[in-house]
Amino acid sequence: MSEHEYVPKSKIGKWFNDRLPLLSLASHLTDYPTPKNLNYWWTFGGILTFCLLTQIITGVVLAMHYVAHADLAFASVEHIMRDVNYGWLIRYIHSNGASMFFLAVYIHIFRALFYGSYKSPREVIWIIGLAIYLLMMAAAFMGYVLPWGQMSFWGATVITNLFSAIPLVGDSITTWLWGAYSVDNPTLNRFFSLHYLIPFLILGLVVLHIWALHIPGNNNPVGIDIKKPSKDTVPFHPYITIKDTFALLLFMIIFAGFVFFAPNVLGHSDNYIQANPMVTPAHIVPEWYLLPFYAILRSVPDKLGGVILMFGAIFILFVLPWLDTSKVRSAVFRPIYRQFFWILVVDVLMLGYMGAMPAEGIYLVLARVGTIYYFLHFIVILPVVGYLEKTEPVPLSISEPVLGGTADYSMAKKDNEKI
Amino acid sequence: MDKPEKKTTRRDFLFTTSYTVGAVGLGAVVWPLIDQMNPDKAQKALATTEVDISQIEPGKSITVLWRGKPVFLKRRTQEEIAEARSVSLSDLPHPEKDEERVKDGKDEWLVMLGVCTHLGCVPLSNKGDYKGWFCPCHGSHYDVSGRIRKGPAPKNMEIPKYEFVDSNTIKIG
Repeated sequence: MSEHEYVPKSKIGKWFNDRLPLLSLASHLTDYPTPKNLNYWWTFGGILTFCLLTQIITGVVLAMHYVAHADLAFASVEHIMRDVNYGWLIRYIHSNGASMFFLAVYIHIFRALFYGSYKSPREVIWIIGLAIYLLMMAAAFMGYVLPWGQMSFWGATVITNLFSAIPLVGDSITTWLWGAYSVDNPTLNRFFSLHYLIPFLILGLVVLHIWALHIPGNNNPVGIDIKKPSKDTVPFHPYITIKDTFALLLFMIIFAGFVFFAPNVLGHSDNYIQANPMVTPAHIVPEWYLLPFYAILRSVPDKLGGVILMFGAIFILFVLPWLDTSKVRSAVFRPIYRQFFWILVVDVLMLGYMGAMPAEGIYLVLARVGTIYYFLHFIVILPVVGYLEKTEPVPLSISEPVLGGTADYSMAKKDNEKI
Repeated sequence: MDKPEKKTTRRDFLFTTSYTVGAVGLGAVVWPLIDQMNPDKAQKALATTEVDISQIEPGKSITVLWRGKPVFLKRRTQEEIAEARSVSLSDLPHPEKDEERVKDGKDEWLVMLGVCTHLGCVPLSNKGDYKGWFCPCHGSHYDVSGRIRKGPAPKNMEIPKYEFVDSNTIKIG
């Protein structure tokens, strides 16, 4: 992993490093050779780390003022908004932070899909990333329940009832999840406990995600293996740190725009009505980042089938590295895949829109078309395109451009001699 | 086959028994951690509710809370009962006679969990294509007997255990 042995300069540094090699780790992280052609789509890893830390810090603070009890939760959130010093700011950062977190993670995932970052030898990075994404959805769902508004309560009811679709043991599982015979105070209590736990599990997986990344090193926009270190790489610090910081600042401007100017635009006004188990809101919608999956759930006219397809839409991503048969990673050199990639982007956006609309008429038809296409993309299109597609010539190194359609091996040799 | 290292040794016995005892011990520790999430005694204590039905006019219904869930008590008109009984069982996704969903001699009283069997929303009464209930969440239609007729819900709305304490009181649970 480490390209050179690090020896601290100071005596005390050497003494400490011999006992716990933290300084070696820091040296590895700063010198870590990174492809020099990484574009701004590669800055979302850093942005996501920022999002996670923001959620943890604001969340710990909110937990100092929040009361996880069905009779008190709603009022305690209003107490945070009105009485607690800067409570409104901290809560708006936390609630909008969840949306920004998902915005960043979707860009991060689609970047991996476009540039083939999930392919060998990076399958484990991809799978750990999906595990993080699943935990994020669980944390976001449970967090949305905590204010104990109407959307909180009915969202929790609908999602926990998904498990009742399981044959034989379904009802026992939902009762077990609730700790009652419906979503009630015990449910709120345990969701708070788990909502506090999950971010730290994510933090642990982030460490594994980065560790797994540092074994093969970063993929890059041309998607080729590169020699490290070489003239194709730059040290992580200061080249990538400064680029990540600049991207993070732009991201934070958008983040602040939501927090200060439109803090409720991504939420639902029904959640400012306290939970009432007697009345279901006329139109239940999940948060925007879960809408495509909600559309898939509703597009199936069968309860169990809908649940299976919804979970299947996520779990199919776990086997993606083995469904994609193309040896070329980057879509830059895959003229056919490139088009299907953008169709998939449009398809997922359309599913998201259908998830927000009532499940009837043309919306239902389009949601069904979108669902079928989503699975078609992964199960049929990806394996077949990998075999049939004539890819464009791939350069031998980042430094050397593609010459006349065929790789010039003499150039590559010369490049190697310089190292 | 009779190589000495293939023979069962005393060490193998120790391994097997250790793993077995360890697994039993682990199970004994994990089960309380799992079972603590099931409904507690306080939740179970709320298991019955008594309802006064003397004020309900024919054609009207009330909703009461039982175990945190709404229960619909509907006093049906003769036309509604007749309509519910005229439906052929073959038209029902979850075939159940209306007679099976009410108590003998109390045909006008439909007592049922007001919970959609799809994903647990509360259906709206006197709505939908079958003049019974309509669930706004994912579009399930129920008839005047609370039976699923159209939409994603798999089953009829559930009839809880209940009894008439006297002619004006129903005990649910």
